[in-house]
Amino acid sequence: MSNFPFLSVLTVAPLVGALVVAFLPRHRPELAKQVAFAWSLLVLVLSVVMWVSFNAGGDRFQFRESYSWIPNWGVSFTFAADGIALVMLMLIAVLVPLVILASWHDAESSKRSVPVYFALLLVLECTMIGVFAAADVFLFYVFFEVMLVPMYFLIGSYGGHQRQYAAVKFFLYSLVGGLFMLAAVIGLWVVGGKTFDWQALSQVDISTGTERWLFLGFFLAFAIKAPFFPFHTWLPDAGGAAPAGAAALLVGVLDKVGTFGILRYCLPLFPEASKWFAPWALALGVIGIVYAALLAVGQNDLKRLVSYTSIAHFGFIGVGIFAFTTQAGTGAVLYMLNHGLATGLLFLVVGMLISRRGSALISDFGGAGKLVPVLAGVLFFAGLASLALPGTAPFISEFLVLIGTFTVNKPVAVIATLGIILAAAYVLWMVQRTTQGTLNPALTEVDGMRRDLNLREKVVVAPLIALIVLLGFFPKPVTDVINPAVQATMDDIGRTDPAPSVGGTVQEAAK
Amino acid sequence: MTELKLPSIDYAAISPILIMLGTALLGVLVEALVPRRWRHVVQLTLALLAVLAALTMVVLSADERIITAGQALAIDGPTLFLQGAILVLAAMALLLIGDRSVERGGAFVAQAAVTAESADDRRQAEGRNGLTEVYPLTTFAIGGMLIFVAANDLLTMFIALEVFSLPLYLLCALARRRRLLSQEAAMKYFLLGAYASAFFLFGVALIYGFTSGIPGRSAGVDFATIHAAVGESPASPVLLFAGMALLAIGLLFKAAAAPFHVWTPDVYQGAPTPVTGFMAACTKVAAFGALLRVFQVAFADANWDFTPVLGAVAVLTMLVGAVLAVTQTDIKRLLAYSSIANAGYLLVGVLAPSRDGLAGTMFYLVAYGFSVLAAFAVVTLVRDDDGEATHLSRWAGLGRRSPFFAALFTFILLAFAGIPLTSGFTSKFAIFGPALEGGQAWLVIAGVLTSMILAFPYLRVVVMMWLSEPGESTPTVTVPGGLTSAALMIGVLATLVLGVAPAPLLDLAAGAAEFVR
Repeated sequence: MSNFPFLSVLTVAPLVGALVVAFLPRHRPELAKQVAFAWSLLVLVLSVVMWVSFNAGGDRFQFRESYSWIPNWGVSFTFAADGIALVMLMLIAVLVPLVILASWHDAESSKRSVPVYFALLLVLECTMIGVFAAADVFLFYVFFEVMLVPMYFLIGSYGGHQRQYAAVKFFLYSLVGGLFMLAAVIGLWVVGGKTFDWQALSQVDISTGTERWLFLGFFLAFAIKAPFFPFHTWLPDAGGAAPAGAAALLVGVLDKVGTFGILRYCLPLFPEASKWFAPWALALGVIGIVYAALLAVGQNDLKRLVSYTSIAHFGFIGVGIFAFTTQAGTGAVLYMLNHGLATGLLFLVVGMLISRRGSALISDFGGAGKLVPVLAGVLFFAGLASLALPGTAPFISEFLVLIGTFTVNKPVAVIATLGIILAAAYVLWMVQRTTQGTLNPALTEVDGMRRDLNLREKVVVAPLIALIVLLGFFPKPVTDVINPAVQATMDDIGRTDPAPSVGGTVQEAAK
Repeated sequence: MTELKLPSIDYAAISPILIMLGTALLGVLVEALVPRRWRHVVQLTLALLAVLAALTMVVLSADERIITAGQALAIDGPTLFLQGAILVLAAMALLLIGDRSVERGGAFVAQAAVTAESADDRRQAEGRNGLTEVYPLTTFAIGGMLIFVAANDLLTMFIALEVFSLPLYLLCALARRRRLLSQEAAMKYFLLGAYASAFFLFGVALIYGFTSGIPGRSAGVDFATIHAAVGESPASPVLLFAGMALLAIGLLFKAAAAPFHVWTPDVYQGAPTPVTGFMAACTKVAAFGALLRVFQVAFADANWDFTPVLGAVAVLTMLVGAVLAVTQTDIKRLLAYSSIANAGYLLVGVLAPSRDGLAGTMFYLVAYGFSVLAAFAVVTLVRDDDGEATHLSRWAGLGRRSPFFAALFTFILLAFAGIPLTSGFTSKFAIFGPALEGGQAWLVIAGVLTSMILAFPYLRVVVMMWLSEPGESTPTVTVPGGLTSAALMIGVLATLVLGVAPAPLLDLAAGAAEFVR
């Protein structure tokens, strides 16, 4: 089975599905939804087969395929996945069907074509898979940029309040980063001897000055995408205005492209520059953790609040990456997965709450748990997962990041720990103000608030809750896949983990 | 008295030029002899056939690498590539020019001499057939452009410049509606163009003076002589620098580079839209073809001297085009500023002194030509009772009224913004890559920065079309007849194909990218 061209088929399949869905008659929205959902399930099944056939102890890159594209520039359709990419591909494959199911009625309120909404979701899935599966820098860049287009229309056409502003801001921010990266991509191509193949480029020696500039070009694009402080201001707007499903994909997957890009491109291609810039990147990460958490505490809009929590979490991921230890790196990658699950769940649940109330403002809620107990319970669980409660998956990753960082950089680890306390503050306070306490009398007058989770919504949240709990207690299948890839990345930049100072306990904790 | 020696002429190699100019003359006869109701069909068919025939001759002589007609014309790779580009783009433009279904009677005035805003004017605007002189005028212009990119001495180049400019001045004045704007555009274009021509001619004179100052060599303005003279590194290069500067002014004017760009928005806005498309696509190809030849053949050895200056012009052009595009409220003016910014990017390509740079520039010219013609084709379609609705506010909600055409236009705008999988991206790469390789990192940085600014106005139009609600005054899109549809589809398809599979054209450009000296 390992000879099957998984990655190219996975990339193309959603696109074909999108075309099918887009050309379904506009007056049959139900059919479009069903086809889109079935198609995304198909992609999920294929991804699971791919996961099973991935040999965790084998080569770093597997499922490699290469087809010539623009020979004049040395561009080819080269796909390959390492453990990190594989985990992200699985996350996409799991999230997209759930998002489609969760957005079942989202597009209807917008007066726009319903099939097009689901077609855009599938196009987005195609570009997301492509960006993680590409092993050609040019191809990566193509997916990186094209990804903006479906997201732009998802936010701009189907979003809520201030959607135009948010969509344009999202597009321009990402495009600015992308164009800096384009300059760096061209530069890399010139110094790399006119090839875009990742493996060839990772062998190239680049002079220190050039390497730093190229690193900056890539890093800026990824830092905007992730987003890291101070390039984060687009995310609360985009996350706040996007429909809940699209927002879940935006922070759950799209933003991971930034951190993934740093791991896949910045570190191995520019190892010296990565080390040189690491203190700065760590500083941005730490500032992001504290600053975004403080802002999250102050939010009155649910979706904006969740967006800010994401920025804080991306700070953690950034710290984990730039600590340059295997533990922290594994923690960061695991965090990318867990954050996708936990924040994805949080966004979807918040979306369910908002669509019932017709308002995203926390002050419009209060005591909602008395009306919709199951929904409130799920929100509470999602919140706990988001603040990394032990027993949920994010705890493992946050813990790994912190101990991995602590072995090499104590001050950063200590400040980052503050983020955990702040996380408890913003999550618990949000949960308290929305679902606990005395019932807001205005809520009883809203019809939607009398309906608790229906079967469809339960189907949406159940797999995510199950995964969060499962990975919280038994992350081994995932860490086994991630570990070799992270180890290889650390080898690329020539960092070895410091010897454990207290006989073996740190190593134990990592396991 | 020595015997007069006639230069040998390779008629096959220059046949595309002869075909176009011959057809133009024939077109004048058609005006005189063919009954009025047949003229439109005859002229359009004649022009299209001539373009096809010329294109065939270009393809047939694809391997020709000669200098003929006594050093006056160089038929080499770049010439043939650019001639082919001009002809293909001109065919698309002719389709737009010839369309009479979008606007009853066509986009051109029935009688150019009728007083603007008079009762007569209103009557002609209601639906009398447009005049058919536009076809010979266009064919003359195409013929001139074909000479312009082949010219191997400065005098031939000057004559070609006039041959294609004069018909364009006239064509600009022939819009059916908004006649005052159209005439103003033509007047501006003519006056400024005349100045530019004078600069060019003065530059030719100075260069002649420069070559005559080299002892032991005969003076001349053909590129081989100039090249040799520049290579001698004369004691006083004042004449050379002044001549180069003046020549550059003349050429940069046609290329719409800052600070010689001020005519562009007014002319693009006032001219009939098919003619605007013709100018934006074909004139650009011709102007940059000449710029490439002058600076990479004649003055190649002086590139240390002109690169900083032209580089500054390129940066200024990109900046002016991008920044001013942000403030535009009229779609044609917006496209005009975008075309100025694109001239800046093309100049980056001109300054990449390598085969790849030349190939990239030629690729860019073709890719941009297709996209810009498609863009103006859409502009001709968005209209109400008063003709085209070019104010941007009128485009609000167009995506709801006419999703198909709005989607096509969105695609073209994304191409202009340089999003991958469109020709806009591959062509930018084709230029920036060689420029960076040639050590012009600052130009690439400037190009990237201005691309960011420029993305904003494009995005604003997309927002207008899709995310705004249609207003009372949102016009509908006229369903185009066959000719405009064909041009639009060719443009959009080329934009897509050159973005997804650029390799064949890149190969062609790379194979053609060598000047004969």
